[in-house]
Amino acid sequence: MSKGNLTRRGVLKTGAVAGAGLALPTYLSAAGHEGFTNAPTGSTVTLGFNVPQSGPYADEGADELRAYELAVEHLNGEGDGGMLNTFSSKALQGNGILGKKVEYVTGDTQTKSDAARASAKSMIEKDGAIMITGGSSSGVAVAVQALCQEAGVIFMAGLTHSNDTTGKDKKANGFRHFFNSYMSGAALAPVLAANYGTDRKAYHLTADYNWGYTTEEAVRSSTEAMGWETVGTVLTPLTQTDFSSYITPVLQSDADVLVLNHYGGNMVNSLTNAVQFGLRDRQVNGKNFEIVVPLYSRLMAKGAGANVKGIFGSTNWHWSLQDEGSKAFVQSFGTKYGFPPSQAAHTCYVQALLYADAVERAGSFAPCAVVEALEGFEFDGMGNGPTLYRAEDHQCFKDVLVVKGKENPSSEFDLLEIVEVTPVEQVTYEPDHPQFAGGALGSCNNGA
Amino acid sequence: MDAIILQILNGLDKGSAYALIALGLTLIFGTLGVVNFAHGALFMIGAFCAVTLSRLLSLSHEVAIPGQVDFLGNPATRDVPYVYDIFGEAAGAAIIDWSVPLAILLAIPVMIAVGVIMERGLIKHFYKRPHADQILVTFGLAIVLQEIIKYYYGANPIPAPAPQAFVGSFDFGALIGFEPGTIIYPYWRLVYFAFAVVIIGAVFAFLQFTTFGMVVRAGMADRETVGLLGINIDKRFTIMFGLAAAVAGLAGVMYAPITSPNYHMGMDFLVLSFVVVVVGGMGSLPGAVLAGFLLGILESFASMREVLEIVPGLNQIIIYLVAIVILLTRPRGLMGRKGVMED
Repeated sequence: MSKGNLTRRGVLKTGAVAGAGLALPTYLSAAGHEGFTNAPTGSTVTLGFNVPQSGPYADEGADELRAYELAVEHLNGEGDGGMLNTFSSKALQGNGILGKKVEYVTGDTQTKSDAARASAKSMIEKDGAIMITGGSSSGVAVAVQALCQEAGVIFMAGLTHSNDTTGKDKKANGFRHFFNSYMSGAALAPVLAANYGTDRKAYHLTADYNWGYTTEEAVRSSTEAMGWETVGTVLTPLTQTDFSSYITPVLQSDADVLVLNHYGGNMVNSLTNAVQFGLRDRQVNGKNFEIVVPLYSRLMAKGAGANVKGIFGSTNWHWSLQDEGSKAFVQSFGTKYGFPPSQAAHTCYVQALLYADAVERAGSFAPCAVVEALEGFEFDGMGNGPTLYRAEDHQCFKDVLVVKGKENPSSEFDLLEIVEVTPVEQVTYEPDHPQFAGGALGSCNNGA
Repeated sequence: MDAIILQILNGLDKGSAYALIALGLTLIFGTLGVVNFAHGALFMIGAFCAVTLSRLLSLSHEVAIPGQVDFLGNPATRDVPYVYDIFGEAAGAAIIDWSVPLAILLAIPVMIAVGVIMERGLIKHFYKRPHADQILVTFGLAIVLQEIIKYYYGANPIPAPAPQAFVGSFDFGALIGFEPGTIIYPYWRLVYFAFAVVIIGAVFAFLQFTTFGMVVRAGMADRETVGLLGINIDKRFTIMFGLAAAVAGLAGVMYAPITSPNYHMGMDFLVLSFVVVVVGGMGSLPGAVLAGFLLGILESFASMREVLEIVPGLNQIIIYLVAIVILLTRPRGLMGRKGVMED
C-alpha cells in the first residue's frame, strides 16, 4: 500500500529544483552582449586558467599556472616578451589583446572531470572568462572541451595526450597544441626498432582509462608494423601504487620488452617496481630485456630517480632544445622562477599566445572568428619548428621528440636527453585514421 | 607453479604493510575504542620521515664547476653534501645511501610524538562521541595531514631508494629447483617482510610478556574494572596510541623504497587496511595480522593475467568480495571477539 506524502514543503522543494534545472541552460546566453558569450565590454579581457591545483598532478598544474602568468605578462607588454620575440606571427604588440589588458582567473580541475567542468563553468558564468585553457589529463580535457562547446567559448587544451581529444571527442571550439598517442607511437617505433631490433616480444601494462587505451593501441600498431609481436596486455587500475603483482607475470611470459602505458604516479611506481624486479638485468630470447615509457614528463622522471636511465620515451618539448623560441622561453621562465619549464608549462604558454594571436588576426573575440583564424594556421618560433593547426581536427602537427633517460644527469632538471627529433611528416595521419574515427568537429558555437 | 609462488611472495610484502597498519588500527580500536581513519596518514608520515632524513643528509653547498654553464648560461655549480665535508666522500656517500634504514631512528620518536599529540590534542575529546563522529574527525585529520605534506613536499612522488646493498633480486627459482630467473624477488621486499615479522612479533611480545602489556590487555578486556583497581589506564592507552603510530610510521619508512612516497599513499592503504581489520575481526590483533597477509596474497592472485582474462576487473574488487563473503558467513570477522562493536 502506498502512502500519499504530498506536503507543502515537498512541493516547494520540488518546485525549486525544477526551477533551477529549467534556468540552468540560460547561462549560455546570460552574459552575451555582442552576439557571443562573455564579449568583453570594458578595457580588460578575462582568460580562465583551469589547471590541477590539488590532486596528484598539482605540481604540473602549478607549472602550467606559472607559464600562464608569464604569458599574461608578455601579452600585456611586461617582462622580456619571451616567445613573442620569436613567434612568426607579429600580430601581437604587447598591448594586451585587441588593446584590452589581459586579466585572468584560475580554477582547480583536481584532475577530476566533474570538478574541472564545475570550475570552468564558474569561470565562464561568474568571472566572464572568454576562453578556458589548461589541464593535465585527457579525461578532463574531453569533459571541459564539451562544456566550452556548449557554452560558446574557446577551449585551448593543456597537457592531453589521448587520441580522443582531437579524435572521436573533438569539438569545433576546442584546440590542442600538445601531441598525441598516435604521434608517440609513430615517433618511437623506428627508434625502438633501430636500438632493439625488429624481432621483439612486447608486454604492455596499461592504465585503465581513456588515455591508456589510446596509447596502448598507438604503440602496439606502430611497433607491430615494425615486426614486433605483442604477447600480453594487462589493464592496471589508476589507483594502483604497487605494481609487483603485474610485473611478476612478465617474468613468466617470454616477453623481452615491457611497455608501460602509465603516466604520473603510475609511471613512477610501475617503472620503479619493474627495475626492482631486475627486469633490466634480464636476458630473454638471447636479448637484453628493455622497458619503454611512451609518454615522458620531466617532472615525473624526477620521481622515478635513477630508474629512468637509458629508457626511451617521447615528449612534446624539452627545455634543452636550442631553437630561438625554446631558448627565449627558457630564459624568460628560468629568470622569473629559477628553474627550467616543463613540457606542460610550454604547451600552456604557447596555447595562450596562439589564442591571443588568433584574436588579433581575426580582429574579434567572437569564438567563430577565432576558430577561423586558428584553422589551418601555420606558425614557427614556438619551440617545435614549423607547426600547423590542422583545420580538420584542430590538432597541431609538428616534430616529435624521442627522448631517453640520461645516464649522467648534470642537475636535477637534466634528466632526459633528446635522441631524435622525429620530423612532422612521419607523425602525420589522415583525419579519418581509424585511431581517430568516430567523432565530428560540428560547427563552432558563439554562445549567446 | 612458479607463478603461484611468485604471487604468494608478492602478497607477503603487500600483506606485511596491510598487517602493520591494521595492527595499529586494531590496537587503537581495542584500547581506546576509536576508529582511527588518520592511521593511513601516519603510514604516509613515516614514509616522509625517510624522505626528510634523506634530504637532511643531502643538504649541500654549491661548488662552481669550472668551464660549465647552467641552463640560463650562468656559471654551473655542483652540490656537495655537508656530510662529505664531515665524514669524507666515501663515508658520506654511504650514510646517504643508508638513509632509509637510518630513518627508523628518526621515525620512532617523531611518530610517537605525533601519535601522543594527536591523541591528547584531538582524539581524546571524541571518546564519548559516536563512532561516526570519530570517523569524521579522524578522516578530516588525515586530509589535513596529507595537505600539509603536499604543501611542503609537492604532489609528485619522491624517490627514496633502498641502500645499494639491497638493490637487485634474489633468485628463488634457482634455490628450489626451478629454472633460474623465473622466480626472482627483490632483496628489499624480503627485508620488508622480515622487518614486518619482527615488528609484529615485538608488539605481541610486548603485550604478552610485559606488565605494561598485561595491564593494556586487561584494559582492552574490561576498562572499567582496571580503572577501579586504581590503575591509570588512560595514560597507558595514550602510550599505546603513540606505539600504534610508531608501528604505522615504521611500516611507512621501510615501504618508501617500494613505492616512491607521495602525499596520498596513506589514503590508498587506509581503506584496504580498514577492510583488513573488519575481515580479521574488530579488536583482534591476530585477526588483523592474519587478514592482512590473506588479503595481500588474494589481491596478488587476482592481478594475474590468467585470472583477469576470466574475470576482468577482479583485482579491483577481490578484497571487498572476500570481505562480503566473510562478513556474511562470520559476521564478527575471522577472529572477532563477541561483544566488540555490537552494543
